[in-house]
Formats: sequence, structure tokens, C-alpha cells
Amino acid sequence: MGAQRMDCAELLRLQGVHKAFNGRDVLGGVDLGLQACETVSLLGESGSGKSTLLRVIAGLEKPDRGRVVLFGEDICPLRERDLLPFRKRMGMVFQGAALFDSLTVFENIAFPLRLHTTAREGEIRARVAELLEHMGLSGIELRYPAELSGGMKRRVGIARALALKPELVLFDEPTVGLDPNNARMVCELIAEMRVDLCETAIVATHDLQCALARSNWIAFLHQGQILEVASPADFRNSSKPEVQRFLAGALDQFTPMGPTERRAP
Amino acid sequence: MRTFFDYLGGSAFLAWQAFREALLPPYFLGLFVVQLHTIGVLSLVLTVIAGFFAGMVVALQGAHELERFGALLYIGPTVARSMVREAGPVMTALLVGGKVGAGITAELGAMRVTEQVDALRVIGANSVKYLVVPRLLAGVVAFPLLTIIANAVGVVGGLLVALFQYRLDATLYWNTVFDFTTFQDYFSGFAKSIVFGFLVALAGCYQGLSFTGGSVELGRATTATVVVIGIAVLVADFLLTQCFFLL
Repeated sequence: MGAQRMDCAELLRLQGVHKAFNGRDVLGGVDLGLQACETVSLLGESGSGKSTLLRVIAGLEKPDRGRVVLFGEDICPLRERDLLPFRKRMGMVFQGAALFDSLTVFENIAFPLRLHTTAREGEIRARVAELLEHMGLSGIELRYPAELSGGMKRRVGIARALALKPELVLFDEPTVGLDPNNARMVCELIAEMRVDLCETAIVATHDLQCALARSNWIAFLHQGQILEVASPADFRNSSKPEVQRFLAGALDQFTPMGPTERRAP
Repeated sequence: MRTFFDYLGGSAFLAWQAFREALLPPYFLGLFVVQLHTIGVLSLVLTVIAGFFAGMVVALQGAHELERFGALLYIGPTVARSMVREAGPVMTALLVGGKVGAGITAELGAMRVTEQVDALRVIGANSVKYLVVPRLLAGVVAFPLLTIIANAVGVVGGLLVALFQYRLDATLYWNTVFDFTTFQDYFSGFAKSIVFGFLVALAGCYQGLSFTGGSVELGRATTATVVVIGIAVLVADFLLTQCFFLL
């Protein structure tokens, strides 16, 4: 992947990644590569292993077999403490935003800055204000997560993930559960982030429209394996029956009358 | 049996990790203060009410027996020694410990379910240092202080029973309290409360951080924490009492 950009180094390489929970294979030998400044959307049905794959890349789960080469080094044998230098270079946006309930919006976004930088309070305030403005959320610094809507939480989660200007950002279902307006806004933010900050992103999503419009590549995960990696245009025309079934199902969601089979004769 | 040893081993490992992380910088003093407030200050009312009534009950029971032997004068030291050595630390650990431990489990369990613990890890914060160390330290500091308050209020409760029900002199009550209680009485109760505070916070943290499941399981986990704390406190109390009598 990523042959279009000659100057981009490979940030991530997954080789034969296996992961099972309670004897059930969730990832059955995933191979995937990602170069800098690219966005890859991980598409697949529920339970296909998208979130688990992101958790493996983030070092939250150790794979049973295989290698996860991140920024040029296999992170699988590393202990939690040794993962710190890698985590400083990546951010993750969780499905439910995972904002810290006991902290305000400001404190949530400032958290990684206070933890990993020697920035002064004024600089931290400026950075948080800049990020919130970028997310269209200026003025909510003192609110607690419980006082925010789902879309706002998700955007604050993105701001927190971007606080340290990471080289790689992982998005776990960033638009799930949002109304169409908020979903589109989050989707555009991901695209803007890529253009403005040249970040590399992996987006696990069900949102086909967002994936097709905003990604460089689509990786289709089926029963724990990558079945297809293609550009959005090629993905639409994939000959794989699983991909076609997924596309048909996803497109049915956008048909006002519902699936064609259910339409009145 | 395997679950029991898993629990014991897991808790011991968490305690070791917390000990190591507590010594290494950075130090989150603010989080410790927040936990001290949550565990200590927010448990004050419960401690005072429980200590007061426990002191009065000990006084009533003690006076009833002492009166038969014409030794009603010793009601003060009876209440004081009972409170300081046993009733104060154990009652505080069981009552406040149940409340605090269940609260910690619910909070950390909810943080796990909502992926906040994972978010901490991805950000690069050590979850043991950030979540466990402040709670353990706060437990170790707050429980002795709460126990001292429970003891003091309990002795005052005993005084009220002695004054109004048995018409004893207040000065005599206080004089006998201080004459017949020893340093070892205070030390054993104080040392016990430190151990109990540690056990309460550790059980709450371990149960919360090892939690998986949904709201039903979270309810079960908090109940299990209360049960574990009750058993751990009573077992530790027996062992510590044996030790202090040997000293």
C-alpha cells in the first residue's frame, strides 16, 4: 500500500497477527502495512475483529502469534513500560470517546500534555484552545464529559488524541451512534486532520460513505482476516462476494425504502 | 480453590506493582488529596455515628456486668480499651471499608467498561500509578484517622451512658480512662487500622481493575468486594491480635 507517495516511510507492518479470546479466533493471521500520511479504513461486519486489531496495534492486547512492527520495531515482546515511547507517537479515539469522567474537557485534553511535555500552563491552555477551536468546540473547557452530547464527546476525544501531535491516530468507530450531521462532521474532521497535520490514521468503521470518501485505502476484514485491500474506487468494484454482500448491505441502509427484497411489489 | 489463589496472587501482584510505582516519580499528589477526601472526609459522618453508638453499646454491656461485681468505676477503661483495641478499628474497617471498597470497585469497574483505563494506557499513563497508588495511600492514611475519631466519639458515647444512666462522675470517668489504657492499646489499634485501610483499598482496586462484563456483573463485583473486605478484615484482625499479644 501507499505506492503513490515516494517520500513516505512505512509506519506500521502487521505480519500474521493472530488473537483468540476464550478459544475463539478473532484475528486469524492479519497482514497489513501502512505508510506515513495515509488513511486506511478498516471495514467489516460487527465481530470481524476491527476493534481487536486496533487494540493490538495500540499495544492494549498482545497477539497470540505474529508481529506488529510499529515505527520500525516489533512491539509485541515489549512490556507496558517499554511501550511508552511508541504511545507518545500515537493517539487513539475510542468508540465511546473514553473521556475521563472526573476531569473537565480542558483537563482531559491537557492530560497528555501535562504527562509527557514540559510545556508551561500558558502553552497548554493555548494548545487546548487551538484544538477545541479546530473541533468547533470553543468555550466548553470547563464542562465535564457528562454535560456533553455524544458528538461533542467524540470530538473532544479526537482533540485529546491529537494533543501531542501524534504520527499515527487510531479511530475506533468514530461515527457510530451519532446523528448524520455529527457523523459527517467527525468524518470531515478526520479528513481535515490528515490534510492539515499530515497524520497517518487507521479508522475502524461501519460508515461506508465516510470510508469511501475520506480514505486512501480500504481494508476489508472478514472473520479475522483481511480479504481485500484496495483504493476506494477499486473497492467498490471488488469481485469478492463477501465485499459485494457487505457493500449491498451497507448501501441498503441509505435506501429510503429499506432493502430491495422488502420493497412492496 | 483456584479462584481463591488467583485472587490472592493477583492482589499480591497488584500490591507489589503499587509499591514499586509509589516509589518512582512522577508523584500525583493532587490525586492522593482527592482520594483522601473521598475515602476520609466523605466517611466522617458514618464514622462518627457508628463510633458514638458502638461506644454507648459497649458502655451499656460493660456496665451491666461490672455492676454485678461492684466495679462500675471501671466503665471508662472498659469502653476505652474495647474501642481502641478492637471495636474502633474493626467497626470502622467493616462499615467504612465496605462503603469505600464498593465505591472504588464501582468506579474503577465503570472506568474499565467505558475504556477509560485503556485510554490511560494509550496516553502513556501508568494505570497502577494513576488509579491504584493514590487510593492505597489514601486508605492507609485515612483509616487510622477515621479510627481515632471513632475511638474518641465512642469514649464520649460511653461517658454519656456513665453520666446519665449510671450517675458516675465525669472526672472519674476520664481519669480512669487515661490511667488504665496503655501505649500498647493505642498502638495495636492504630497498627490494625493501617493494615485494614490497605486491605480495603487493595480489594476495591483489584476487583475494579480485573472487572469484565456489564452492569449486572458490576453489581456482583461490588457485592463481592464487600464480602472480601469483611473476611479479610476479620482474618487480619485475628492474626494481628495474636501478634500483638505475643509482643
